[in-house]
Amino acid sequence: MNSIGEDCNELKTKYDTCFNHWFSEKFLRGSTDDSACKELFKMYQKCVQDALHVHQIDIKDLKHNHIDGTEFENSKTEDKPKVEAQSNDTS
Amino acid sequence: MAKYYENSTVFNYNYEQVLQGFWKRYPNPYSTHVLSEDTIQREIRDDGKLYSKRILTKTNRVPKWGERFFKAKFVCIVEESLVDPKAKTLTTHTRNIGFNRIMSVTERVVYQADHHGKTIANRSAWIDSQVFGFATPIRAFGCERFKKNCQKSNLGFNYILGILFPLQNPNSSLHQQDVTQKFKDVAKTAGEHMKEQIYQASHYNVSQN
Repeated sequence: MNSIGEDCNELKTKYDTCFNHWFSEKFLRGSTDDSACKELFKMYQKCVQDALHVHQIDIKDLKHNHIDGTEFENSKTEDKPKVEAQSNDTS
Repeated sequence: MAKYYENSTVFNYNYEQVLQGFWKRYPNPYSTHVLSEDTIQREIRDDGKLYSKRILTKTNRVPKWGERFFKAKFVCIVEESLVDPKAKTLTTHTRNIGFNRIMSVTERVVYQADHHGKTIANRSAWIDSQVFGFATPIRAFGCERFKKNCQKSNLGFNYILGILFPLQNPNSSLHQQDVTQKFKDVAKTAGEHMKEQIYQASHYNVSQN
């Protein structure tokens, strides 16, 4: 898949290849040492951060981490309809 | 009020396979609307979970009536994910950035290993709009588009899993179950809502002139 910055595609491919190998062969086998792709990630980041700037993507907006927050859980109560489990087996 | 949508999908691949496929799922024949994908943050946390943040850009196709609100040619999506290797779960949180007042879509998916060597994905989504007078049709449009994109997303993901792990039977690899009848009912009348809102708005403008 392409990077947002055309110039970053090569660096992205190198990093992604390294990461995917590390993820399958190390992380999923219990290793938590993630140093293998650090240098490639740094080089790729330098390129991608510039590209985000060029595309005027608001970096501030990206910095918030929502996955840990309670914001999502709270919004559940907003307008959640009652759901009835329904058998819609299409297989 | 935001609209809520949820569904469940069972992938006939084990948890490790689904996780490996997750990072490789673009491009695929069903993802022509996805233009780019970049990782901007990645770390292993003290509790051993892998946190990643990725930025995706997607095309922003809207119907004619919506062009006055959505002038952007593409939208930017932030996808956060957390892999918990002990609990065997992958949780994703996805949101659009920019244009949130016009339409915000927030999605959470939890991929979980089941007891039969398969993986279940439970998806919840909230769609909202703050545009005065048009929030209802925009939310309805957002829900419809979201639902279509969910189907494409599942088909695309499954396509990639089929390539990565070809020994599985592709015909039985996807089983989808919609659990939100309420959403379906709302979606059926979306067109009517839009027509009514547009009629009211144009009628109002005419009477003002």
